[in-house]
Amino acid sequence: MSEILLKATALEKRYGGLKAVSGVSVDVHRDEVHAVIGPNGAGKSTLINLLSGDVAPTSGAMMMGERDITHLSPNLRALAGVGRSYQKTTIFRDSTVFENVRLAAQAHGGSPLRMVGTAERDGNVNARAAAAVEEAGLSHRSGTVAKFMSHGEQRQLEIAMVLATEPRVILLDEPLAGMGHAEAQRMIALIGRLKDGRGVLIVEHDMDAVFALADRLTVMVDGRPIASGSPEHVRNLPAVRAAYLGHDDEIEAGAAA
Amino acid sequence: MKRLSKIPSAGLIAAVLAVAVALPFVVSGYYVQFASKAMLVGMLALSLNLVVGYGGLVSLCHAAFFGFGGYMLAFMTPEDGGASLWLSLPTALLVVAAVALVIGALSLRTRGIYFIMVTLAFGEMLFYLFHDTKIAGGSDGMYIYFKPELVVGGRNLLDLESARTFYFVALALLAGAAVLVKELVGSPFGRALAAARDNERRALSLGFPVFRVRLTAFVVSGVIAGMAGFFSASQFGFVAPQMLGWHLSATILVMVVLGGMGSIIGPVVGAFALIGLEEVLKTSFEHWKLIKGLVIIALVFLLPGGLRQLATLLMPERVDASATPAKPRSDEAPANV
Ligand SMILES: Nc1ncnc2c1ncn2[C@@H]1O[C@H](COP(=O)(O)OP(=O)(O)OP(=O)(O)O)[C@@H](O)[C@H]1O
Ligand SMILES: [Mg+2]
Repeated sequence: MSEILLKATALEKRYGGLKAVSGVSVDVHRDEVHAVIGPNGAGKSTLINLLSGDVAPTSGAMMMGERDITHLSPNLRALAGVGRSYQKTTIFRDSTVFENVRLAAQAHGGSPLRMVGTAERDGNVNARAAAAVEEAGLSHRSGTVAKFMSHGEQRQLEIAMVLATEPRVILLDEPLAGMGHAEAQRMIALIGRLKDGRGVLIVEHDMDAVFALADRLTVMVDGRPIASGSPEHVRNLPAVRAAYLGHDDEIEAGAAA
Repeated sequence: MKRLSKIPSAGLIAAVLAVAVALPFVVSGYYVQFASKAMLVGMLALSLNLVVGYGGLVSLCHAAFFGFGGYMLAFMTPEDGGASLWLSLPTALLVVAAVALVIGALSLRTRGIYFIMVTLAFGEMLFYLFHDTKIAGGSDGMYIYFKPELVVGGRNLLDLESARTFYFVALALLAGAAVLVKELVGSPFGRALAAARDNERRALSLGFPVFRVRLTAFVVSGVIAGMAGFFSASQFGFVAPQMLGWHLSATILVMVVLGGMGSIIGPVVGAFALIGLEEVLKTSFEHWKLIKGLVIIALVFLLPGGLRQLATLLMPERVDASATPAKPRSDEAPANV
């Protein structure tokens, strides 16, 4: 069994009376994609926000290897090796692709807040930024201002930024949302490569993508995990079929893909 | 980054510096003093812009640091001679830094309009601390009878009584502050500060300690303001609570907005324009304050970007981590599992 990079145990997040996430335990393994699926409002984004530290859990614990990260703020989690993308693209829209990624690399360089010397002159940061831009397949767009790119390219940029922070675990919240077919295919290929030496947790509605990518699958409904395991195992569980009653075709279609 | 685009060329800077150096030899003493005052106020506006323009934080207590710098000089000037610059300046700046650290640490936990309100409240508190208590002459303020001295080996190297010497000190301070802020905004630190302004959530999830970055900028900006206040108090030989009140804070903000938040020098130009305008109107009209208000309103509406830039800062993107509703997708079946 492969190494567990990120382990969350019995996570719960309450908003007043609403349990957005309840009793969720997930593992993210090295060299694996762990997909989380579920209907709208199931608590998938909340789960990612808990793992990234954007939202503090009501109870439960999170570990990166041996390190307890439950109470670390988002910036410290990023330094601990957790990188993430957001459901709504979150980039510096007025900066170029390279500057976006350079910032990400800077945050994880030797002196991220150095007060002297021009930011662009750090060769090590520049090299790591260039490598991340390349890995995300955006080298030809390096000098383009982010807001002038297509939606799909902006999402690729967000992944390049995550890569530049040299994460061990990558959390992706609906990376394919709003993409056309060709863009989605490119993104699926990119995500498939991301797991090399890292762990990936992905939330996605697109079943074709989920079944193409997932090594492990968790299904959430109303904040609770109703099933978890290998995609083949989960797909055939009666509870999952019941939760998706009427959408059997989609699960079948995904399985056939 | 888009807001850094209006950097003046080296030639222009050299020309302005040449004029500035020649000025005290060609105009009368009154104007030399007036120019010195304007440069210190320009330095004040420039320091505020580090927080407002580059940090995206609209602070309304900036005069407090200016005033504190001045009051520190008043406290440290003995009854029978000038204060030692060696001792009084670093002490004043340390105290201002401490005040900025406390105010910043508390107010930077809030965002947008709440940040404005909290900084305003701090500014008012400090104003009334000096206005209503006897620690520094209450509403009458304090006189500073002697200029600070830079004594080396028994000789004062810096005769601040001389209007011309003072002018060059003010010029050097302004230029020094401009270089410092320029260095800062171009450095990795400055990029982190701007990143936090443009997208706080992303800056955090990249790993930047946003709070610490902002607090550092807030303190640096406060210390530059304190330096300007220290020398302003020295120039006028007088400090009063108005020096740290919200009225001055708001005026500096107007200078920053008028001059433009996108450059280092813009706010200095804004300061010069406003002070110059005041000077001209004062000598020509009885109700000059009313006319000044009208001119400012007109300028803010006419200048491209001025008001709009401020508005975007007052309404920053929501930064809490609440879920964003999923957008309907055109490329998939209606039932999106
Ligand atoms: N900050 C918040 N305050 C109150 N309720 C919240 C907050 N964030 C999320 N919720 C609620 O928690 C539940 C789970 O939301 P979440 O965004 O995690 O769902 P999701 O599975 O990501 O849905 P989608 O597929 O639409 O993105 C929803 O009912 C949502 O309204
Ligand atoms: Mg979601």
